[in-house]
Amino acid sequence: MFHKTKWLAAAVAGFTAIAAPAARAETPADTLIMAWSIDDIISLDPAELFEFTAGEIAGNSYETLIGYDPMNVADIRGKIAESWEVSGDGKTLTFKIKEGRTFASGNPITAADAVFSLTRAVKLDKSPAFILTQFGFTADNVDQKIRQTGEYTFEFEMDRAYAPTLVLYCLTANVASVVDQKLVMEHATEGDFGYGWLKTGYAGSGAFTIREWRANEVVVMERNPNYSGDAPAMARVIYRHIPETATQRILLEQGDIDIARDLGPDEITAMSENPDLVVEDGVKGSIYYLGLNQKNEFLSKPQVAQAMKWLVDYQTIADTLMKGRVIVHQAFLPRGFLGAYEETPYSLNVEKARALLAEAGLPDGFTVTMDTRNTPEITSLAEAIQGTMAQAGIRIELIPGDGGQTLTKYRARTHDIYIGQWGPDYQDPHTNADTFARNPDNSDDAASKTLAWRNAWEIPEMTAMADAAMLEADADKRAEMYVELQKRHQAESPFVIMFQEIEVMARRENVNGFVIGPSFSDNSYAGVTKG
Amino acid sequence: MAIATTTGGRSRALPLAWKAVKLIASVALTFLGLLFVTFLIGRVVPVDPVLSVVGDRASQSVYDRVYVELGLDKPLIQQFWIYLQKVFTGDFGESFMTKRPIIDDIIRVFPATLELATLGVILGTLLGVPLGVLAAVRQGRLADQVVRVVGLVGYSAPIFWLGLLGLLVFYARLGWVAGPGRIDISYEYDIAPGTGLLLLDSAMQGRWAAFGNIFSHIILPASLLGYFSMAYISRMTRSFMLNELAQEYVVAARVKGVPEWRIIWVHALRNAAVPLVTVIALSYAGLLEGSVLTETVFAWPGLGQYLTNSLQSADMNAVLGGTLVIGAVFVGLNLLSDLLYTLLDPRVRRRA
Repeated sequence: MFHKTKWLAAAVAGFTAIAAPAARAETPADTLIMAWSIDDIISLDPAELFEFTAGEIAGNSYETLIGYDPMNVADIRGKIAESWEVSGDGKTLTFKIKEGRTFASGNPITAADAVFSLTRAVKLDKSPAFILTQFGFTADNVDQKIRQTGEYTFEFEMDRAYAPTLVLYCLTANVASVVDQKLVMEHATEGDFGYGWLKTGYAGSGAFTIREWRANEVVVMERNPNYSGDAPAMARVIYRHIPETATQRILLEQGDIDIARDLGPDEITAMSENPDLVVEDGVKGSIYYLGLNQKNEFLSKPQVAQAMKWLVDYQTIADTLMKGRVIVHQAFLPRGFLGAYEETPYSLNVEKARALLAEAGLPDGFTVTMDTRNTPEITSLAEAIQGTMAQAGIRIELIPGDGGQTLTKYRARTHDIYIGQWGPDYQDPHTNADTFARNPDNSDDAASKTLAWRNAWEIPEMTAMADAAMLEADADKRAEMYVELQKRHQAESPFVIMFQEIEVMARRENVNGFVIGPSFSDNSYAGVTKG
Repeated sequence: MAIATTTGGRSRALPLAWKAVKLIASVALTFLGLLFVTFLIGRVVPVDPVLSVVGDRASQSVYDRVYVELGLDKPLIQQFWIYLQKVFTGDFGESFMTKRPIIDDIIRVFPATLELATLGVILGTLLGVPLGVLAAVRQGRLADQVVRVVGLVGYSAPIFWLGLLGLLVFYARLGWVAGPGRIDISYEYDIAPGTGLLLLDSAMQGRWAAFGNIFSHIILPASLLGYFSMAYISRMTRSFMLNELAQEYVVAARVKGVPEWRIIWVHALRNAAVPLVTVIALSYAGLLEGSVLTETVFAWPGLGQYLTNSLQSADMNAVLGGTLVIGAVFVGLNLLSDLLYTLLDPRVRRRA
């Protein structure tokens, strides 16, 4: 957006001396105040919200049907659901809802609410609806397929016998949050299922309620008095929209906020030395990668894609440029997922790359462009890659653009190289296999614009492998299938997969108990205390 | 200087009505042009607005549905016409970023900018005019040089950097002012919603503790904006004053023995005031557009941040709504300075 990082660095470096904090202000003892860029929130309706920030807010204010232990994702457990059974043909799941629990409004939670929430999400058909509709639901058939069978039981009938783990993980996503049917329908107008109200309202049963969202300004959460779990220590949690990381740092050092959520490398270094502050991190699911468009005459040569995998200085970038905000990771499933493949065979090796380029008939290299989102992070990453690629004669011109611009171009397949980040949509391996290793239709007007499609990579065999893994009922066997798929993908694909994201935040040392989960929806502050 | 128009009773009432019609027509035309150009730019920008609404992950059917919902399947001219019709009925549409009517959004963000800009331009004028006069009177001497250097820094230092510096010194180090944001959380719910101008609201409701907190939040960013407009205003004041002080009437006044302070502050400044009003109005209008960088550093939820966010996500309804507000501000301030002209300049009055 603006070339402000340099000024920022100068200001911070030059004036740390006079910036020794004055006596600090205290935030109220029962209030947690966080600074975060929350301008990406476009909705608070679980049937629509899909952004990291909104996901975290929903994760703390709504309950999904199914959950898992954030420390051990394999441990799937019921949240709203008490138990479930898979039918003999593997197509129908029967859920039993926990009895005697209520929403924040005081209304009881029944199977009717669960059925309403799932069918509502399918009928509204907003961005995350595909997580449910991929099981064969449409607005027309969902009322027959997801049906209440008792006050606390309902059936979930799919079009095929999908792997139970896949279905259950999908039901842990925000879109499967159970909303308060009675309350939502009180605010419904002309068949919108209360969407007009819920996009800025609240009707859940989580640890906190959402009191207010003022776009680009603040989100205020309050303790839910009817919460079934342990009552949170914090009566109020406030997200303040502070777009600038240097400003977040000053606020945290002053004690005007408790947690700063957006930190650049400079802030992390400075804060780790401050005894009043604690820097914490947790592995997240986002993958950083380069997509090489196979429509490009150079990039479509298999040896070129190979060579480029040897032309990134993975470890140095992770250690210096990204300073603790990524780890080196080279397969499409992030660590922590079922079947994740953690081998990292590639490192910077210019000689090997040169040999591969010569083999491709390009001993002198070639020139390509790279569409680069103009955030400081992606820009510096792109510049580093540009430098090492040049050592083997691959000349990359960076084309900066904002997120909307680069993405529009990427989806039109008019890029050469796209440098990007991909976060999983739910906790099941299919979410990434679906996009990195499936391309059912490579024509320009294909309905499914997977990442493989965007890079015009035609892979009927891998698509079939990914489809088979989606249906494998045995979890161990399924994991093996994904490992196999990733090995092949790592060797052949036009994707240079480089890093996995680590979320870093800094807190005042008296603020304890913030759980950093594997996805933003799993980040939890229900257990936060202030000493 | 304008040439005196025809005199005589023939055209006393008619020109006034004619003038009003002309004014309204030109304002309407300005807005229409403004909207059309903004609309075009918004459609030419290589950002897919549907993506901003549905995100990258939505299925093709969702994408197609929203494409039609946004009216993007219709020809450009027809889209513009539909928008215009809505605007005429007072419906500016809904922002798809904030999911609220544009009017509500503007009512929320504009007062924040208005409050900051107004305080900024008041500070800028109160400092800039005397400094400019001083520099003109002491032309070429030390005071002139000092004013010039101070102004130069204001002109050339990036506001982003100065803002951070101000925060580090006055907020972090000295603790004289409150930090980024408009108000502390603890006072937030003390004030009933009113004009949205928090200083005014808190004062009218007698919440003096909150008023103090709000003032301590606003004073630093306002001083910063004030400094920047001061740099411009003082420079322009200096040159207008130099021009006036070289006029013959000043010599005549001196010969008559009028005290020097009276010559400077009454005779010369009064005449320099006419073009100065335009300068001040222009810098006020500039501040009212919302200073994106200042708003970013100070986490100020104003028009600048809102418009930048909207533009980057191709949220056209929001961009058009914001553009209309800025257009109205410019037209309004233009009319105001025209009005002030007639008060300040008897020649203009006589002409009317």
